[in-house]
Amino acid sequence: MAKQPIITVNNLVKNYGDFNAVKDISFEVYEGEIFGLLGPNGAGKTTTLEIIETLRDKTSGNITVDGFDIEKDAASIKKRIGVQLQAAGYYPNLNLSELIELFSGLYGVNKTPTEMLEKVALTDKAKAKYKELSGGQKQRFSIATTLINDPRIIFLDEPTTGLDPQARRNLWDLIKEIRDSGTTVVITTHYMDEAEILCDRVAFVDGGHIIDIDTPDNFIDKLVASGFERKKEVKLANLEDVFINLTGKEWREG
Amino acid sequence: MSKPYSNFNATLAIAKASFRSILRSPSAVIFTLLFPLIFILVFGFIGGGGITVDVGVAKGSDVNNPIYKALQSSSVIHLVTDESADQMKKDLAKGHLDAVLDITKNTATWPVYAPVQGKQQQPPFTVNVQYTSASQEKGKILNSLISGMLFKMNSAMAGNTPPAMAELKETTVTVRAYKTIDFILPGQLGFSLLSTGVFGTAFVFLSLRQTLVIKRFFATPVKRYSIVVGEAIARITFALIGASFILLIGRFAFGFTLIHGVVTFINMLILSFIGVVVFMGFGFTVSGIAKNESTVPPIANLVTLPQFLLSGTFFSITVFPTWLQPICKILPLTFLNDAMRQVAFEGANLWDVSHQLFYLLLWGIGIYAVAVKAFKWE
Repeated sequence: MAKQPIITVNNLVKNYGDFNAVKDISFEVYEGEIFGLLGPNGAGKTTTLEIIETLRDKTSGNITVDGFDIEKDAASIKKRIGVQLQAAGYYPNLNLSELIELFSGLYGVNKTPTEMLEKVALTDKAKAKYKELSGGQKQRFSIATTLINDPRIIFLDEPTTGLDPQARRNLWDLIKEIRDSGTTVVITTHYMDEAEILCDRVAFVDGGHIIDIDTPDNFIDKLVASGFERKKEVKLANLEDVFINLTGKEWREG
Repeated sequence: MSKPYSNFNATLAIAKASFRSILRSPSAVIFTLLFPLIFILVFGFIGGGGITVDVGVAKGSDVNNPIYKALQSSSVIHLVTDESADQMKKDLAKGHLDAVLDITKNTATWPVYAPVQGKQQQPPFTVNVQYTSASQEKGKILNSLISGMLFKMNSAMAGNTPPAMAELKETTVTVRAYKTIDFILPGQLGFSLLSTGVFGTAFVFLSLRQTLVIKRFFATPVKRYSIVVGEAIARITFALIGASFILLIGRFAFGFTLIHGVVTFINMLILSFIGVVVFMGFGFTVSGIAKNESTVPPIANLVTLPQFLLSGTFFSITVFPTWLQPICKILPLTFLNDAMRQVAFEGANLWDVSHQLFYLLLWGIGIYAVAVKAFKWE
């Protein structure tokens, strides 16, 4: 399958007064892949995402999303993407079904709460309030709201931060399912093991620049070829494997 | 992607969500319904019988005379007989008693025989009334009551002889009784609309902004005005349901006067609508100025408290010192309260209160001009 770019970012610059948050970034996201934006806090990941999501104005540069220019066709783009914000809340005092109803109205689509909650295995929480959910359930619900309009691309900003290992794995499976059903996924994360397992390609962002873009495998191979060796002897398992092995894989609602 | 996107449906979806949320929010229900109803209840019972004048009857006062009997049967005068002289003196000073009464019998000149012509007569009774500066208004009421009563009795005693100067013929036109509830209820309704408009709007928009709910909305195709309009529809609907409750409970439980029935009721709801729309302008402004949830109450109280006290919510603004009254008179809640009282009790139609509505409109334009500047989306 030929790699078809669905998002093209060219020479993106974003300044907040004197502060240059994003300095001349260019990259492409291919259709049907999980694309990871990796980098330390304050690297400009969230700013870049929010500009692509049409939530923030750019200073300069060109961005095309699914064939639409973000400057001219923000409305068309909004209909084609699903957005999960870092640390966003939901309308107070409403239960999950009512929230799904609200978002169906906002997107102008006819989706039943059950059909959306089924996708993220939350049907038994239909009458619960968002704030009563566990961390993993909250993230899965957020993802459900991004899928309401059958988007071409979804954006997930640090979806696994603060989750326990079981909930993290559970979310990885969900994200892969979404990718496999044909939706492109753009994700930011601080966890390299997560990026290695989940992402088809990753871009390293630091200080407002993109340092390099490639598949996780290629990055690792290149580093090893350059003569890099881990200080500690490589074992066949790590402590997280021990954790999962001891506490089991099945996901806790808690 | 087949059917075109409808902002109308998106607006309704927000209105529905917001309305559900308001109904489940305890503070909204308490401020809009519970507080006003409690005030109505309290004032409805306190002031139920209109004005009463508490009059202490001095120990040793003669009680077997027609004057005392007449005072006893008066619905306005409440006679206090079971207090010591000392206690009465204290209560009079504090204004707990409005006056102290002492009727003495002038035994020496009790007219058992026909009055001798030309001889200086002493009347059979002397009524001593001691007023207090702590309660001047009621003192005056008592004064005119007793004067009127004595005048009639004196004339009657004089028999058929024509009065020396002029005869007073009094007739009273029967009017609708202006009950305490007729004053209190419109004030409380205005207060309810003010709290809903200011506090409700300010808290909701601040919290939606802080929890990034609005930002998440922006990632959907919905237009900004839909968010504001949707919220407004929900809040106005809630406020009008609240107003209907207050009016109906007032009408059926406390005898609140809705002079032309249903027409007046609808006019009151139209006034409520105008009021809550204006007050929401203050709410939008407060939500823009406030930095976080804890700064909302002080700023919102700055708007609501002065109006709560000065706009004739509990008592007529005529009780305030003259220098303060011009300020009272230009507050938006004063205009609303005025209009509501005229409509409900005097049977005014909306055109008759166009003066008040005009000033409310001015307030509306002014505050929304400020709100547009102060309001923050993020």
